[in-house]
Amino acid sequence: MKEIDELNLPGDIYYSKEHEWAAKEGEVIRIGISDYAQDQLGDIVFVELPEPGSSFERNEEFGTLESVKAVSEIYIPVSGEIVAVNNALEDAPELLNEDPYDNWIVEVRPTDIDQYDELLSRDDYVAMLKG
Amino acid sequence: MLAVTGQQSLEELFDHIPEDLRYQGEIDIPGPLSEWELTDHFENLGSSMYTGSSRAVLIGAGSYDHHVPEIVRSLSGRSEFLTSYTPYQPEMAQGTLQGIFEFQTLTARLLGTEVANASMYDGASALAEALLMAIRISKKKRTVAISSAVHPHYREVVRTYLAPGPFEIVELPYGADGRTELSVLAEIDDLAGVALQSPNFFGVIEDHAAAAELVHDRGALYIACFSEPLTFGLYRNPGSFGADIVCGEGQSFGMNQSYGGAGLGMFGCKQQFVRNMPGRVVGRTADKDGKRGFVLTLATREQHIRREKATSNICSNQGLCAMTAAIHMATLGSTGLRELAKLNYDKAAHLRNGLLDAGATQLFSGPVFNEFVVVFDTDFRPQRERLLHKGIVAGLPLTGYYPDLGQAYLFCATETVSRQLIDELLEEVRR
Amino acid sequence: MTHGPGTNGLILDEPLLWEKGKPGRVAYSMPTRDVPEESVDDTLVGDGPDFPDLGELDVIRHYTRLSQWNFGIDTGMYPLGSCTMKYNPKINEKMAATPGLASAHPLLEAELSQGILKLHYELQEYLAAVTGMDAVSLQPSAGAQGELTAMLMFAAYFRKKNEKRTKILIPDTAHGTNPASAALCGFASIPITSGKNGILEPVSVEELMDEETVGIMVTNPNTLGLFEEQIKEITDIVHRKGGLVYGDGANMNAIMGMVDIKRCGIDAVHLNLHKTFSTPHGGGGPGSGPVCVTEELAPFLPVPLVIKTDQGYLLETDEADSIGRVHGFFGNVSVLIRAYSYILSMGPDNLKKASQLAVLNGAYVKARLMDTFELAFDRPCMHECVFSDSRQQAFKVTTLDMAKRLIDHGYHPPTIYFPLVVPGAIMVEPTETECKDDLDTFIEVFKAIAAEAEQDSERLHQAPVITKVRRLDETQAARKPCLTG
Repeated sequence: MKEIDELNLPGDIYYSKEHEWAAKEGEVIRIGISDYAQDQLGDIVFVELPEPGSSFERNEEFGTLESVKAVSEIYIPVSGEIVAVNNALEDAPELLNEDPYDNWIVEVRPTDIDQYDELLSRDDYVAMLKG
Repeated sequence: MLAVTGQQSLEELFDHIPEDLRYQGEIDIPGPLSEWELTDHFENLGSSMYTGSSRAVLIGAGSYDHHVPEIVRSLSGRSEFLTSYTPYQPEMAQGTLQGIFEFQTLTARLLGTEVANASMYDGASALAEALLMAIRISKKKRTVAISSAVHPHYREVVRTYLAPGPFEIVELPYGADGRTELSVLAEIDDLAGVALQSPNFFGVIEDHAAAAELVHDRGALYIACFSEPLTFGLYRNPGSFGADIVCGEGQSFGMNQSYGGAGLGMFGCKQQFVRNMPGRVVGRTADKDGKRGFVLTLATREQHIRREKATSNICSNQGLCAMTAAIHMATLGSTGLRELAKLNYDKAAHLRNGLLDAGATQLFSGPVFNEFVVVFDTDFRPQRERLLHKGIVAGLPLTGYYPDLGQAYLFCATETVSRQLIDELLEEVRR
Repeated sequence: MTHGPGTNGLILDEPLLWEKGKPGRVAYSMPTRDVPEESVDDTLVGDGPDFPDLGELDVIRHYTRLSQWNFGIDTGMYPLGSCTMKYNPKINEKMAATPGLASAHPLLEAELSQGILKLHYELQEYLAAVTGMDAVSLQPSAGAQGELTAMLMFAAYFRKKNEKRTKILIPDTAHGTNPASAALCGFASIPITSGKNGILEPVSVEELMDEETVGIMVTNPNTLGLFEEQIKEITDIVHRKGGLVYGDGANMNAIMGMVDIKRCGIDAVHLNLHKTFSTPHGGGGPGSGPVCVTEELAPFLPVPLVIKTDQGYLLETDEADSIGRVHGFFGNVSVLIRAYSYILSMGPDNLKKASQLAVLNGAYVKARLMDTFELAFDRPCMHECVFSDSRQQAFKVTTLDMAKRLIDHGYHPPTIYFPLVVPGAIMVEPTETECKDDLDTFIEVFKAIAAEAEQDSERLHQAPVITKVRRLDETQAARKPCLTG
């Protein structure tokens, strides 16, 4: 597993305490998992995605990631409606290991944009990881 | 050894256990018996059973008297299969793993499903798990329908498994042909799954094509259950009609009846539902050197990883029984399976024709395999009692299961029943 | 270095079943046809499955070779913690094949089935005697189904009392089957943390137990191989709040004739006959998981029960409060027969001695390996002990590496990475049927592997090397599942 200073954590996106990242793309927010999350989970073998059109409240579970011997829930960092899911992950879950930022998981239309601003910056996230 | 562990006596190893929790006195059981005394004791137990080579039990109803080939007995008894645990260390369990992979494959081919698991406890719990699986897949639906021509014990197990949940079980009636009446399905909302058994408890082959279409129209999953897998050597399998889950009992494939266990639950489904499937599965992969090998896989569905969110609580299954069933299927092959299935059909037909000639009436008009129901105009009990003294158990009285069927008896004839025995039975019935 | 029994040997390859054979071959001896061919409705007839057609020797060689790729107790030591892989006496196999019993139809009238019913009744009595409990059902097919049966009984018990209880306490050391079984009954699992010394503390139970909680599921000895010494205090707390206590009897092999389960305050306990009572595990089953309960819970047991009357043994099916059936017939009867045979061949003194020796062997392995491996909890252990890889991690060697290296030496590895509370857990359960000589060799080999971890860690990363296949790609297996050929 990677040391914290070996992690790839871009500074232009935001992070959640549950190790998701969020990035504003026009009207929607893209959501994925951080390098730390993919590294901890190891080889991801299956991604369970939500139905487009479904809505979730902040911090609600919206899908799961599976490695060979673990299952991890993914939580939505901002409330809203799922407008798109990255279907490529269904056939190639390893994309999340290869590049967790290029390979987003869902796009959400937020109901409360303030929640986005409440997320962690890169520095806050690193501080949290360092405990 | 005690010197190493630091105790004076074996008892001292238990010194940290509070005195008031200790076992008082001797365990109240007999023994020890030597190997020879034990053999005598078991011979006595065995001889007080109405079974054995001089007796014929013309009952199926979920447990079938089939020949077990000596090679099946001999191979499944090999101690490397018998005395191993669940294959947690695949490098030293490739025998079990390849054997179970082959079992899954033969099972899927037999049932006409895309995938099959490594076994469930028995046909009854397999059906209960199939219904729970349908409810899971449907996400929000809470009602399941089950034919009243499904084995009564299977239905009881389903009720037990579903009792604590917020589920409703609707029982579907059967018609004059002995097949399930599906018209009531139109009135049921919230339907997650519908289960039929074929051949059903009356031995009647259900109309899978019509059932699958209707159930799918209602937005539910179609579950086809069975207790006699030999049927699919002759008749079309349920998967080919679009059944979503096919499950049932596999005892017919190489296992002694042994008072109803151990047999095994066979369980297959469509590929799209595989992550909702209960039970273990073996998958094919490669080792470090690229060599073909097998491992337990999709373990994230299971209790040891997903705990309370697992697709089932099952851990130990019926591994050796699955291996036995695979050996039995391999022993038969396509050619042997067809021939044996047809022989079962013909034996049952010979018995049925004879009984009808002797004055009995066939209760249901639907097609059958190796079991069927007849009714007698007069009280059959005295004849059945006389046949018992001749070493023949003439059918299963259905009064206990279906009181409104009157003097109905469920008969079964497999390849083990000789024409001579059938003729002997018919002679008594004609008297 | 020290060597176990593992060595190189000739391993024969064998294709998949359908990669061999020829249409028309049959290994089955078809009975003579003595009845005429009868016509079948063509519209219903299928093509039949695509099975390979094989000759008798094809089948014999196929499965003989497969068996040689397998490792069983008869092959060598199998110290798989929590699984009680003790020797399975051969005589029990013969007894299970007793003609009258093996060919018995389950729906024969009771008067025609007295032998098997007597066996059922007596085994119920024996298991009640061993546990100290009052009533027993032999129906559950495995430990997990025994757990489910007990949970269903708890649910029925509270339904009858009109009490709504929705939660159940489950220690962090529990088997995954516990929460999964509870979930099937709609009970939410409330995790409860073990104390610093690896056992439950009454105060944590006191904090969580309330009138909406069903009770607690306790494995005793627990999966760390430690006896829950405060079990009585814990069960008293649960009972004071009107709850029930479930005992997971997976580790009964440590306490036969030494501990009375009922006196511990347990209301229902399941036994694993394929562990404690030496029935073979068959590469995954069949098992058997009888449930033993107190008098208060007896009315909720599954039906049918076998009872003894002046007219002989009978099946009791009309129990108003029963949860119903959990098996199509009577459970894994052929397993029950083996366990019954085992109990009779052992008798009371030897059963007790078996537990004492199981604990001695566990304690001996612990004492001799604790200088080499980090012991999870340095307390008196029962029949098994739990180490971790924390000392070997310095050399980038994990539990998995050491487990795989044991394979090269001819040992089945211990249970690894369980219980979850011990990172890198190595759980060793030698069982009573291993003699001191064999334990000593195993211990020496395991120590040599630890030494190898320091000097030649790459060898461990590569292990096993002399098996038919080497480490397998589990990631690929799960990403692109190939479940049939």
